[in-house]
Amino acid sequence: MAKSKVMALDGAHAVAEAMRQINPDVVAAYPITPQTEVVMTFSNFVADGLVDTEFIPVESEHGAMSTCIGASAAGGRVMTATASVGLALMLEAVYVAASLHLPIVMAVVNRALSAPLNIHCDHSDSMMARDAGWIQLYSENPQEAYDNVIQAVRIAERLSLPVMVMQDGFITGHGVERVEVLEDGAVKEFIGEYKPKHSLLDVDNPATYGTWDMYNFYFEHKRQQTDALSKAMPVIVEVGEEYGRLTGREYGILDTYGMEDAEMAIVVLSSTAGTARVVVRGLREKGVKIGLVKPRVFRPFPAEELAEALAHTKAVGVLDRSIAFGSMNGLGAGPIYLELCAALFAAGNTTTKVVDYIFGLGGRDIVPAHIEKVARDLAEIAETGKVKQMVDYLGLRE
Amino acid sequence: MAIKLKEIAGKEEKLVSGHRLCAGCAESIIVRQVLNAIDEPVVVSAATGCLEVGTSMYPFSSWRVPWIHSLFENASSTIAGAEAMYRSLVRQGKIEDRGLKFIAFGGDGATYDIGLQWISGCFERGHKILYVCLDNEAYMNTGIQRSSATPMGAHTTTSPAGTVIPGKVQWRKPLTEIFAAHNIPYVAQASPSHWRDLMEKTRKAIAADGPAFINVLAPCPRGWRHDTNETIEIARLAVQTCFWPLYEVKDGEWHLTYRPREKRPVREWLEKQGRFRHLFTPKFEHLIDEIQAEVDRRWERLLERCGEK
Repeated sequence: MAKSKVMALDGAHAVAEAMRQINPDVVAAYPITPQTEVVMTFSNFVADGLVDTEFIPVESEHGAMSTCIGASAAGGRVMTATASVGLALMLEAVYVAASLHLPIVMAVVNRALSAPLNIHCDHSDSMMARDAGWIQLYSENPQEAYDNVIQAVRIAERLSLPVMVMQDGFITGHGVERVEVLEDGAVKEFIGEYKPKHSLLDVDNPATYGTWDMYNFYFEHKRQQTDALSKAMPVIVEVGEEYGRLTGREYGILDTYGMEDAEMAIVVLSSTAGTARVVVRGLREKGVKIGLVKPRVFRPFPAEELAEALAHTKAVGVLDRSIAFGSMNGLGAGPIYLELCAALFAAGNTTTKVVDYIFGLGGRDIVPAHIEKVARDLAEIAETGKVKQMVDYLGLRE
Repeated sequence: MAIKLKEIAGKEEKLVSGHRLCAGCAESIIVRQVLNAIDEPVVVSAATGCLEVGTSMYPFSSWRVPWIHSLFENASSTIAGAEAMYRSLVRQGKIEDRGLKFIAFGGDGATYDIGLQWISGCFERGHKILYVCLDNEAYMNTGIQRSSATPMGAHTTTSPAGTVIPGKVQWRKPLTEIFAAHNIPYVAQASPSHWRDLMEKTRKAIAADGPAFINVLAPCPRGWRHDTNETIEIARLAVQTCFWPLYEVKDGEWHLTYRPREKRPVREWLEKQGRFRHLFTPKFEHLIDEIQAEVDRRWERLLERCGEK
């Protein structure tokens, strides 16, 4: 295992630290729509000559992703960071980055979308981008954000696909925690040298990027794009295992707790998994057969892995930090719920009852009592086999 | 900087024949003039538009140079990203410095309207790129809709000449002046009719130590409603009527690069184009005088700026 040092970092600084060690060739980012301290911290590294990066402080998030596209097509390592409506603004170009198979790595500090204006945590921003063709990794805490960003470089370059690494705004982004930071050399060795297959700068072998496709080719290109994503899971696992050998922190697709004999399960992304784990641990000590599933990967969606993990459960409570407005006859379930239901159905599981809890929108706190309520609901559903409410809310005043 | 015809004629074309641009389109003529003026290896980006769809229809490409299209508004940021990567890799010793030049092409829609912010940002940050606007004065690729480059009085599909409204009612945006106000090393206005002037301006733009912008008038037979063999003649008339003066702003100094011996009335340019046909009816004829007055006003101001008065 490689040596590491312990630092007190919030999620934003942990990501900036990882970026310093990755030493990308180009970083293009916009500082506020809103942004976090990722870019400001990284700017200091540039100003102090600690990185070789060409840092482009652009005029908007759309400009950020547009610049990243040109830079990545030119054959070097490219990173950026964004949040909230900033991600919404660049979304058009986010699709282009994936469609051109450019291995850009983007740190996303999850924050709510407007309106009303709100800069606090929820997952509306990255969930809006879930079908853009990027790989999506969600991080529970600053350590995971740091680890995921480093692994994202390898995953992106192996697959020629862009990767976004999420962490919860403020809760993780501004929450200082203990982070084990690798030595610079270990990170450098782990990510290796990037050798692009093609480069816009190769004037001796000129290539055309971003063609115009008619109906006779567009469909095939989209098929190739989805094919590329279908090959991502084994690579994510392989990189996670290798990272585990380096650090002792192994990463897979799902992080499970207490699922061996669980009849009930809670499924949740990112920082709330920490709160849920505490509650689940307490309940298990009392003999309640409940477990926790935290997907680390949302794109590609781990349908098979989730179906397997939940195969023997009677009741599952999904905690969604965003709403897919209009879904389920306008009830507005969350994206995790919708995809999980599809995954269970596709796996032939029609017995597990699944309910959705929308929580934490715009930074609304979620506390153990909320999750205890979910556990009580699940116990009732497991016992009766009846769902009273498909979509419920946690911490909402009504 | 001198352009020798023999030398130019012998050069390998970077945008080759077989593309799908319309007969009589000025864009391919301008792109060839620009690229043939450059001796260094180039990397090109294009905004969504006629040039892009006309030259990159998969599985074909008309480009013998590295070329990228991303979106409508971001040809500037895209090429600036490539330029930044080039600078980074050369500085780090990861690749050899071969003096690459970075050029973006965009139509007036991409440049005057939707992409203005991106270009302004790239210029402010000092990217060493040349942005060439192929100004055909409307959104031609999508069916001749008005842009902020469309001249007053022109009929387009979103500023149609009706019985009450005489086509576009606003004056066009003075974009070349807007980019000159960015204090970048080189800004110019050019026309394919004056090819030597355009090519010399390209060389100056490429030699500039920072961002450069050239706005080139690009007559469009489909949108302007003229015969396909009149493209260059109509571009020349735009210059001779002083509707489209040829000038440059080099390091903040304004120079007129061509002064017509005789300033011809703008009516001569207007009457050649079907898009102004309604102006030659009793109801709207008074607008021709208004257009002439505006051309005169802008021309006089330009002469002043260039120290020609």
